[in-house]
Order: sequence, then C-alpha cells, then structure tokens
Amino acid sequence: MSLEISHLSFAYSRRTRLVLDDVSFSVKKGDLLAVLGPNGVGKSTMFRCILGFLRNYKGSIRLNGKDIRTLDHKEIAKHIAYIPQSTYPVFNYTVLDVILMGTTNQLNLLSVPGQKQIDEAYAAMDNLGITHLRNAGYGEISGGERQLALIARALVQKARILIMDEPTANLDYGNQFRVMCRISGLAQEGYIIILSTHNPDHAFLYANRTLMIYGGKVIADGTPEDVLDAKLIRDVYGMDVHIEECQCGSRHHRLCIPIIGATEKYG
Amino acid sequence: MVDAVPTRSPLTGPDGATSADQLHTADAVSAPSVSDRDLPNYLLRFVLLVIAVALCVILSFVVGRFSIGISDVILILLSSVFQFVISLNIPILCDIVQILLSPIVPATEAWDDAMYSVVFNIRLPRILAALLVGAALSTAGAAYQGMFQNPLVSPDILGASAGASFGAALAIYFYLGTGAITIFAFAGGLVAVGAAYAVSRLTRGNTTLSMVLAGILVGSLFTASTSYIKLIADTNDQLPAITYWLMGSLAGATMEDVYFAGVVILLGLVPLFLLRWRMNVLTLGEDEAKSMGINTDLLRLIVIICATFVTAVAVSISGIIGWVGLVIPHFCRMLLGYDYRRVIPAAIIMGGGFLLLVDDFARTIATTEVPLGILTAFVGAPIFAYLLMMGGRRL
Repeated sequence: MSLEISHLSFAYSRRTRLVLDDVSFSVKKGDLLAVLGPNGVGKSTMFRCILGFLRNYKGSIRLNGKDIRTLDHKEIAKHIAYIPQSTYPVFNYTVLDVILMGTTNQLNLLSVPGQKQIDEAYAAMDNLGITHLRNAGYGEISGGERQLALIARALVQKARILIMDEPTANLDYGNQFRVMCRISGLAQEGYIIILSTHNPDHAFLYANRTLMIYGGKVIADGTPEDVLDAKLIRDVYGMDVHIEECQCGSRHHRLCIPIIGATEKYG
Repeated sequence: MVDAVPTRSPLTGPDGATSADQLHTADAVSAPSVSDRDLPNYLLRFVLLVIAVALCVILSFVVGRFSIGISDVILILLSSVFQFVISLNIPILCDIVQILLSPIVPATEAWDDAMYSVVFNIRLPRILAALLVGAALSTAGAAYQGMFQNPLVSPDILGASAGASFGAALAIYFYLGTGAITIFAFAGGLVAVGAAYAVSRLTRGNTTLSMVLAGILVGSLFTASTSYIKLIADTNDQLPAITYWLMGSLAGATMEDVYFAGVVILLGLVPLFLLRWRMNVLTLGEDEAKSMGINTDLLRLIVIICATFVTAVAVSISGIIGWVGLVIPHFCRMLLGYDYRRVIPAAIIMGGGFLLLVDDFARTIATTEVPLGILTAFVGAPIFAYLLMMGGRRL
C-alpha cells in the first residue's frame, strides 16, 4: 500500500494562478499525516486530485505504483475513502443506511446491500462506539457523531487510505478530542490517514507527520516536532506563538500557545 | 424539507452508564432520545398502502354518473378473468379457476351490456391511465429530487412539461387529431430535456446547477413558443382545446393510450427501481458518490433518461398535472423514511393511488369534468399543509 504524489501542479483555468505548485510527498502504512495551512492554500484541491475528482493536473499521483488517472472511480474507491466535513444532510437517512452506503462498491450495479453488508456496518459501528445510533436520523445526531458515522462508512468501504477534510471542523472541544483519538487508533491499526486541520496542536498530539502548505507549495514536511516551530507558524499564519513543552504523566507534549498582544502588529 | 426537530443524544450509553468514550452533547436529559430507537414497521405500512390503493381501484369502478353496484363490478371483473383463463385452455388451471370461481360467478350474466361497456371501455382505461400517470410522475419526481439533492424539485425541472405542452399545442394548431397530440407531446418533452441536457454539458462548472439553469432556460423558451401558438390559434376551437389540454385531464384516455404509456412507463420505472440503492448514494452529491466508487455521469444519465421518458409519456396522455411529482415523494418519505429502497416502490403505488383518487373527484364533483391539474393542487395542498403542521412524523 503506497501513495506517492510527485510534482503535482494544478490550476483551475489557464488564466488563474496555480493552486498547487510542485507538491511532492509520499505516505506509508500507519502514517497519520496532518496537512496544515491557511484557508485557501490548496489543501482541499490536493485532496480532490488524490481522490481522482480532478484529473487535469501536471505531475503524477501513484497508488501502488499505478497512475491514479488511469483508474476509474470504482478502482480508486477500493483503496482510498473520502471523509468529508460532516454537513447537515438533504435527506435524513438513518445512520445505518449512511454507513451501508460505504458498501456500494462491493455491490453490482443493480443490487442492494444484504446481510453480509449489514454485518460489516454493525462491526464498523461497534468499532467506533455508535451502534446505539443505528436507527437515529443522520440529521438528528450531533456533529461529532455524524463525523464518526462518516468514518464508519469509510471503514466498510474497506479502503486502507482515508482522506479527511478537516474532521474536527465544527466540533466542540470534547468531540474534537474523541474523534481525533479514534482517528489515531485507526492509524495504529495500519490505515494511512491524510487529514487537514487548522490546529497545530492536533498535529503535535496525534500526527506522526505533518505537511505545511502555503501558497500552493509544500514549505515543510516532517515529524511535527521537527518542523512545527514558532517561526514557521509566524510565517504562515502571521501570528506569534510560543511552543511549550510539558511533561504530562508519562507523555511528553508540545503545545502551541498564541502570544496575546504581540499579534496586533501583524493584523 | 420535512425533517423532524433535531434531537440530542443522551449523556449516557445504552447500558445506562456514562461512557467517556461516547460522543455526547449537553442538555440531553429532557430531549427525546435518538439512541436505540426502533424503526417503525415499514413492511406493515407498505402492505396497508397497497391495500388502500387496491380498495381505491375497486371504488373507482363504482363511482361515476352511470351507477354500477360494487357487487356487479366485482362480478364483471371476475367473470372476465374467468373467461380469459378458460380461453387459455390450460387443463389444470381451468379446473382450479372453475372450482374457485363457479360459486361466485353466476352461470348467466346478471348485468347488461351497458354496464359491461362502462366498466371495460370507459372506466378501466381511465383507471389504468391514472395509475400509470401518477406512478410515473411521482417516481420521476422522487428520482429527480434525489439526483438534484433538492426536495423542491418536480419532474418537469428539465423542461419536460414545457416541451410536451408545445408539442401538444402544435398538434392541436395543425388539427392533427388526438393520436398525434400524444405523439407530439411525447416528442416535445424528449426534445426539451435533450436540449437542456446538451446545454448543460456545454457549460463549465457545477453540473447540477448548470442542469437546473439549462432546464429553466429551455423550459421558458418552450413556454414562450406555446404562448405564441395560443396567440395565433383560432379562438373558437383551437385556443380552448390547447387551454383545456394544458390543465390536464384523463377524460379522453383510451386503451391505446394505456398500452402506449404502459410500455414506456414500465420500461422507465424498472431501471429506476433497480437502481434505487445507488440513488441513495447519488443524493450525497457528486464528490461523495464518486469517492464510493459510483460512476456518477453514467448514473445521472440513466436517471435523466428514465425519468424523462416516463414524465413525457405521462404528460402526453394526460396533459399537465402539477403537484403529484413534487409532493407524493414527500408523502412516501413521511410514511416510509428516506431510503430510496422504499421510496421508489412507495412512489409507484402511492402516486398511482393518489392520482386515481383525484381523478374520481374530477369526474364526480361537478356536472362537467374538472381538470385534474386544478384538482391535484386543491386536494394535495391542504393535505400537505396538514402533514407539515403535524410535524411530518405522526404517520
């Protein structure tokens, strides 16, 4: 299982600027890659290229050595699952139905999910602790529960690479923590996880690698401890921070603390 | 559109203990629980729906200006089944039917030819046409609502009705006769949707939005053309004929119409029924559906083709009947949930039953026929308003 992105460049049209400019990186089994960067730097566009939604880019994206552009959606879906930001649904399906949709790739064109698929959906719900919500409307549960349902849907898709677009957006403090713990648990099970986040602390707490994108370029790539420092965050986000190291029980932590009062001169 | 009030999950897990691992939100104690909720018995509801529509069909043979008793209707229908089976000349089947039906069906006919003629030549085609048109419009509506991720979409979103109206108006203007009106209306509907689809493919950007815009564009073009024909039409016979056609009616439905519409509608509904699970996934939107391995371009095209064919043929034999395609899918969702595995079969049954009921009103409430397009709104709007006020969950 490998995913290699090399020299990826993309612009929405010939006259506009490059959204992605020569992006290269690769991920391996067990990686939890946190992609950081301000709004509008091309994180989502990069995900759309990797997922095969956008195909008119320069450079190459190789999945197990094969160019993604040569694969159809059915083939890509076997290996890569997409977990979008949880939004309020147009039609209020039950949580079980939403998760069952992840099994569509196993079914042929005209069939509906059977007992095997239902069992898989229950296993995924058990794994994420949301079995009690199976008959609840997807629109009636909380944002955090919806995010877990979307993760369960990705699990039944049986893809080993999970791409998550800001999985903690719109979640409260506790739910951010619980969702991120589930996600890092999946990385330990051997899934490859690529997620975008706006919180450097999430990179410190959960990721084993981080990618900083700015102006369409990768400006830092490495372990969060190696690459995330006060200078980089000031360059990218235009704010002064202090990186605090602390010992919390047996774990060594880093935290990013904004320096209040110092930011005004940039604002 | 008719979602329930969002409820909160409880602080406690299914076992009653507070689980640190489980997601929760505050102020949960007083709100109703969504945890471990049981689903309603959808199968029972579906069976009741089918029984209700079946009763509606029998009732429709009885009501009308020519009065026929319910027992006569049943006898006439059974005896024709009886004769049909006998004419097949399959030995065992004949014996079974003879044993089952001979106590009920009298040896000598207890009805006159007029009754027989009303049942078979007037009411049967009309009932079948109502069932077909209602099923077609509501299923197409459900399919389009899912595909466009918009519960306010109706089956003429891509201009099918506007095109069919123009075709019918053209046929009436050239005095081509009733058969030609049907064919012209059908062709007009297909041309309009084909044009809208072609325009949307030539534009860049969001496919769903450009398709809706192209539908509006083509629809307004055809509506304007229909208006122009009305302007130049003979005000003595053509203009009233066009106007009346546009209001929708099943009064002129013949067995030929039923055969024509039946074949096309069946050919269109079968793929929509078979693709019902994929339609669920398509309602999540282009990107999510693709990420789950769906060929969205192909699926969209199949849905558009099927929904357009059934809509165009329904409109071509009945005229413009609004409201059914917009609202019946919502009734189905209230009754059976949002899953298209249930919505599609329910829309077929309920759409047919609803239009049949409305058509019964159309031919009985006044001395002259009331156009269906008017009645569907008069009957449907209050029911829908009532259901919305009841919260849409009580059914």
